[in-house]
Amino acid sequence: MSSTTLTDHPESDHHLHDATENATFGFWLYLMTDCILFASLFATYAVLYQNTASGPGGPEIFDLPYVFGETMFLLVSAFTNGVAMSFVYKKDRQKAVFWLIVTALLGLGFIVMEVNEFIHLIGEGNGPDRSGFLSAFFGLVGTHGAHVSIGLIWMAVMIGQLLIKGVTPKVSSRLIRLSLFWHFLDIVWVCLFTVVYFFGVA
Amino acid sequence: MQSSLIFGNLTLDAIPFHNPIVMGAVGGGAAVGFLLFCFITYKKLWGYLWDEWFTSVDHKRIGIMYIIVAVVMMLRGFADAMMMRTHQAIAMGASAGYLPAEHYSQIFSAHGTIMIIFVAMPFFIGLMNYVVPLQIGARDVAYPFLNSVSFWLTVASALLMMVSLGIGDFSQAGWTGYPPLTGKEASPGVGVDYWIWGIQLGGVGTLVTGINFFVTILRMRAPGMSMMKIPVFTWTILITTVLIMLSFPVLTVTLALLTLDRYLDFHFFTNALGGNQMMFINLFWIWGHPEVYIVVLPAFGIFSEVVSTFSHKRLFGYASMVYASIAIAFLSFVVWLHHFFTMGAGANVNAFFGIATMIIAIPTGLKIFNWLFTMYRGRIEFKTPMLWSLGFIVTFSIGGMTGVLLSVPGADFVLHNSEFLVAHFHNMLIPGALFGYFAGYSYWFPKMTGFRLDEKWGVRAFWSWIAGFYLAFMPLYALGFMGMPRRMDHYDNPAWQPYLIVAVLGTFLVAFGIFCQVVQLYVSFRDRKALVDNTGDPWGSHSLEWATTSPPPFYNFAQTPVVDSLDDFAYKKEHGIAYRAQAPFKEIHMPKNTGVGVVMGAITFVFGFAMIWYIWWLAIASLLAMIVAVIYRGSDDHTDYMLSAEEVARVEGGDSVAPSYNHASI
Repeated sequence: MSSTTLTDHPESDHHLHDATENATFGFWLYLMTDCILFASLFATYAVLYQNTASGPGGPEIFDLPYVFGETMFLLVSAFTNGVAMSFVYKKDRQKAVFWLIVTALLGLGFIVMEVNEFIHLIGEGNGPDRSGFLSAFFGLVGTHGAHVSIGLIWMAVMIGQLLIKGVTPKVSSRLIRLSLFWHFLDIVWVCLFTVVYFFGVA
Repeated sequence: MQSSLIFGNLTLDAIPFHNPIVMGAVGGGAAVGFLLFCFITYKKLWGYLWDEWFTSVDHKRIGIMYIIVAVVMMLRGFADAMMMRTHQAIAMGASAGYLPAEHYSQIFSAHGTIMIIFVAMPFFIGLMNYVVPLQIGARDVAYPFLNSVSFWLTVASALLMMVSLGIGDFSQAGWTGYPPLTGKEASPGVGVDYWIWGIQLGGVGTLVTGINFFVTILRMRAPGMSMMKIPVFTWTILITTVLIMLSFPVLTVTLALLTLDRYLDFHFFTNALGGNQMMFINLFWIWGHPEVYIVVLPAFGIFSEVVSTFSHKRLFGYASMVYASIAIAFLSFVVWLHHFFTMGAGANVNAFFGIATMIIAIPTGLKIFNWLFTMYRGRIEFKTPMLWSLGFIVTFSIGGMTGVLLSVPGADFVLHNSEFLVAHFHNMLIPGALFGYFAGYSYWFPKMTGFRLDEKWGVRAFWSWIAGFYLAFMPLYALGFMGMPRRMDHYDNPAWQPYLIVAVLGTFLVAFGIFCQVVQLYVSFRDRKALVDNTGDPWGSHSLEWATTSPPPFYNFAQTPVVDSLDDFAYKKEHGIAYRAQAPFKEIHMPKNTGVGVVMGAITFVFGFAMIWYIWWLAIASLLAMIVAVIYRGSDDHTDYMLSAEEVARVEGGDSVAPSYNHASI
């Protein structure tokens, strides 16, 4: 067999451009299915939020200033993610890595605050086993937190890939999908704190 | 339940040694498996199977493997059906039948779950995998690796289903799994967990397949193939993928909430502390109704292809077929409440869903008329695929009419959860979906293998199936009117028994039909030289998949076809340009085989098993292993290779062996 058949052929720009577009489009579709997933959880919350079973309701357990802090962590991390991507497009590895690390740390701050909120609630006997309302709360907010945590793992892997491989077309393609994921989770959080926390204390 | 750190709740007591029927089934299955293992080892085929099939990312190979899974699971699902029918025929009055109640409950739960999730879904997904890229002139799907992952996730879930027979037991709560029966309090054992994880993990694979084929059909069509030139089967698949993407996330959430209730004491669907069981039923059927359209729309697409081919006429009303399918898909999302009219939503809500359900019969009826008009003044060949289609048209229409009857809430209050309902949905699923898949199987079999199926045994199979179907299910309509509920393991009304005896005769006839299909496979393989398809187009068909050899080369098309019209292959044949000489070959970009999909499937199986049996260390370990596998694959930049022009020329010249460097190292 000739040697041309055995080696990996370097991707032509046109083909890889197509591949990135294909991958991005597919990922958008996955995000839309994730949207339906969250919609189902929101619907469940809407049905169950009044089932407090003589336990606490929203006004008793929601701490708006605390949630504002969480929101700031996530919103700013979305901004720094945008900054990181601008350096990816400029193929500046150093700055891209730096801003991705900042994004990850801010995301981690969000998760730490959320885990803390959960531990606090469970500690005072207001865990998901207390009532339908709390089950729906933990289910919805927890699913979002789980998604963010997976995003953080993904971000760590991408930081590693940037450091090892540099800003290659495939790495950029993956980073585009990661940033789509991250911004999507940000939007879901905006809906979440509006529907759950804002309306919850009204 | 006894519990240990290493084995969780798993003990030797989990194996039902006291149940001779189950042990017989397990023993029989193990024996067949062992013989198969020995045969493969003796023929030294493991390397071949791993290199050419298990690690394949080729949609054609994956498609065939899906169909094999569907057929194997159908044998088990049908065994469940035989058991229920024979039991019900004798379980009257003083006789308790031969199945204790808790075994009978597991059988009807397994039967429904297997037939819908592990027979219907893999069957049409297999056919769509094989055919769609060929029909649109593409070389593979958009995400070949994810295609492999989806397949192996399906295998993992099917395996969990099979394992539930021999280790532990299955859910007794039906394939619909309503709480509070499926809650921890009422079903503390592993049965419901087997059901949950089987469907949940398989559902992830299906969702990914939906995305995969949606992107494939939208972005990878051959040049010249505009939307209204897409073959009608591919159209129905496109619409089905939309249904999959919109409905499966709801199933994921529904099962996840039930899982949280069972594992972590949440209160989504519990009786106490604020759970709402009606929420489960609503969520389940918001998925459940689109699901039945997911399994039937591809069958409609197959019928369109088969009826037009065997009438030697173009499909009547292509555009209206497309619009009707879109209308059906849209309407399938606004009818779900008809599954629980009796739950108490009130007359006005029931009226809305009843009317919506009636409306959905209209685009479906339009399709039936289009098939009839296609046949009118055609030159009909009564080959096996056409027989299945004709059987479908008559029988499905009856079932559709009973559906319109059930859609009247007042009537449904009498007939809900009766044998009438059981007859109705089998009347839709068997002629509608299953006959469609059988038609597709016999239609595309020569393309997949290079030889046709034996006609004689195909005809015998068809007539046995359809006569068996009528005998097995028409009595159930009468039983519904006579007041017999579904899922009964015993009854005292002697008036019901004659009908159930007729039904069991029908079941035996269907069993003979399945036997004919197995014989057909053997005879066709034995006579494959006589049945060979040398042209690639044994039926005189209209679409691009028939423009290839039978079977096609692994890259499908040496040159990407350029499409001029709807039914492009027929158009090109008519204009004498169908088999145009190939221009000089170019190199082709292909994905490499990989074992990562197999590994992910294995990890998924272990995870599911660990979660079912509360083996927490194993669940965590397999979760971590999955993350590692994902990161491994996600860091791999060398997943493709270039097939040189000389290689293409060599394969086109008749050497059909795939290049050896495509063998996966993992």
